[in-house]
Amino acid sequence: MNPAVETLLQQPYLWRAGRPLARLSDAIPTGFAALDAELPAGGWPRGALTEVVVPQAGVGELRLLLPALARLGRQQQWLAWIAPPYLPYAPALAAYGISLSRTLLVHPRNETDTLWAIEQALRSGTCGAVLAWADALPSLNERHLRRLQLAAEAGRAWGVIFTGGRNAGQSSPAALRLRVEPAGEQTAVHILKRRGGWPTGPVSLDLERTPTPVRTPRPLRVQS
Amino acid sequence: MLWLCLYFPRLALDILAQTEDLPLAISQGRGRECTIRQGNAAAVAAGVRPGMRLSAAQALCGDLRVRPRDEAMEGAALSRLAAWAGQFTPALSLAPQALLLEIEGSLRLFGGLAALVGRAQAGLQALGYQTQPAVAPTAAAALLFARAGLSVFLTDKRTLAGQLAHVPLRALALPARSQAALEDLGLQRVGEVLRLPREGLARRLGRGFLDDLDRALGRRPETLLPFVPPARYIGRLPFPAEVTDADALAFGAQRLLQELAGFLRARDSGVQRLAITLKHERPPTTRFVLGLVAPSCDPRHWSMLLRERLERVALRAGVVEIAVAARDLRPWAGRSENLFDGAAQAQEGWTQLVDRLRARLGETAVRGLQTLDEHRPERAWTACTPGETGHAGEEAALTARPLWLLPSPVPLAQKDGRPELDGALALQRGPERIESGWWDGGDVMRDYFLACSAHGARLWVFQERRTRRWFLHGIFS
Repeated sequence: MNPAVETLLQQPYLWRAGRPLARLSDAIPTGFAALDAELPAGGWPRGALTEVVVPQAGVGELRLLLPALARLGRQQQWLAWIAPPYLPYAPALAAYGISLSRTLLVHPRNETDTLWAIEQALRSGTCGAVLAWADALPSLNERHLRRLQLAAEAGRAWGVIFTGGRNAGQSSPAALRLRVEPAGEQTAVHILKRRGGWPTGPVSLDLERTPTPVRTPRPLRVQS
Repeated sequence: MLWLCLYFPRLALDILAQTEDLPLAISQGRGRECTIRQGNAAAVAAGVRPGMRLSAAQALCGDLRVRPRDEAMEGAALSRLAAWAGQFTPALSLAPQALLLEIEGSLRLFGGLAALVGRAQAGLQALGYQTQPAVAPTAAAALLFARAGLSVFLTDKRTLAGQLAHVPLRALALPARSQAALEDLGLQRVGEVLRLPREGLARRLGRGFLDDLDRALGRRPETLLPFVPPARYIGRLPFPAEVTDADALAFGAQRLLQELAGFLRARDSGVQRLAITLKHERPPTTRFVLGLVAPSCDPRHWSMLLRERLERVALRAGVVEIAVAARDLRPWAGRSENLFDGAAQAQEGWTQLVDRLRARLGETAVRGLQTLDEHRPERAWTACTPGETGHAGEEAALTARPLWLLPSPVPLAQKDGRPELDGALALQRGPERIESGWWDGGDVMRDYFLACSAHGARLWVFQERRTRRWFLHGIFS
């Protein structure tokens, strides 16, 4: 190729389709190497929203996030659960290494308060991760999501919204969209949208669907 | 010794929350003798003057609001201002309508005389009080300068007599008889009085008058009663008219919160609970308490919480007075900046976030999580105050626990003794037998299994051993 074109192509400000943008902003490693390879900047986007589309609950959508959440807890960052559909079970979270003394459980009474609480948690700058569920927000639309995205940017927080299957076809301002489905013994993660790349096919992850705790019990010492 | 005197010429008016465009006047005396003592700018513009009869004033200005002079409230306000001024110096004394601060030891910390006086004046202005400052080597002289309206900043004792000579006699605040006697003699300034023979003055006006002048000139030592700040802060702000707007209430409360901040700064303390009282025309009063997760002395934080709370409180009627009380002071260490670690900022930011969420959503809506030493799964956890570190739960369960727990177990349909939920459930791992709780009435005898549903969801189900019924208790996610 023409050497002049070569040097031009190596300029950092030139964007080429098909090559992922390097290090847009720092990201939180997911803990799964196969998924990290597909995500721009190598992890969950910090300062942006991630939308996880889950047609069926209980297939491993939470387990997918746990290594990153445990890492944030070790860095003394807070984790906020806003209007979860069930109770986050403390012993299980502790077994996975989530720092319980940095966990916040918020149960607002109505939809407006829920949206306000998510925005406050994202904007505050102390929450490393904010988890929200669209089931508690029946009238969630693109305008709300855009506003939450701005709040996440302002507070440099990682926001996660779990939606059911009904919103899968709509466009969304979230920086990253995934769909999590069971695939036999493993879990398939389809990346529906990511910054700097096209949607990819499923990434099969072995999420240890029968999970074992991180901390193993100490064996009894027998006096002989 | 260097004394700063802060004189409040409009104290009777400034203790009320007021807007400048509504004419307001303070009256003194009762019945036929009721005269106007002071009026605000709008009243003065309408023609109301001090000394005017009440009826004449009301004839001049139709919508004039008149309040009787409340000396007790003025005294309480002066005490609060003295407590607020404790952030500049520990040596304080009260004078009629004025504060005396001994500031020689504080000059270096605050960056010089002009800076200190400017800061004090700005702070008092933010609190809503008009002040006339004056600085002199003796307290009595500073008081005279301030009462006369002269902004004198005198640090040298030698020029004291020369400066005092220009002070008009009305600043001495003498009884009417002595004042009249001096005026009959044709005297108008203190300098003229000082030139008269002392024995004659002592005979006509009393030894006390001469002693006061000597103390002002620094020839006699002066003894002042030191002000001891109270252990708690109770501030009240009356409104001249009924207030129904939450914004106006919060704005008025802002003054009290700034006073509280100064009081706390003087005592190196923070408060965790504030008791707010809203008085209406007729009892009962509205009371509520603002609580924080950690002690704070930041008036903006309190103000934000109060605003949130006022939006939720249902007011039965208009508010005529707001009171803020802080009784329980906690020691508060100042914040030290960290050079490298960003964790320090996150550390204190979380208390603000939790307070903000609690102010709007209620205290029970924002909780933390903790594990407990318990075999029964529904009791192995508890909600607690966010940030509390748990002690239990060091031993992990022998088998896996689900990430989601249902608030109470949901009974499942059964078919041939097997549980069903949208199709047959395949039992995979188990059973894990949990029998516990016979001692407190929550007796459980359960066999737990890990089940897989037809859609691929992993569920935690159990069979009650006594009734052989199946329940869903958790979801592995």
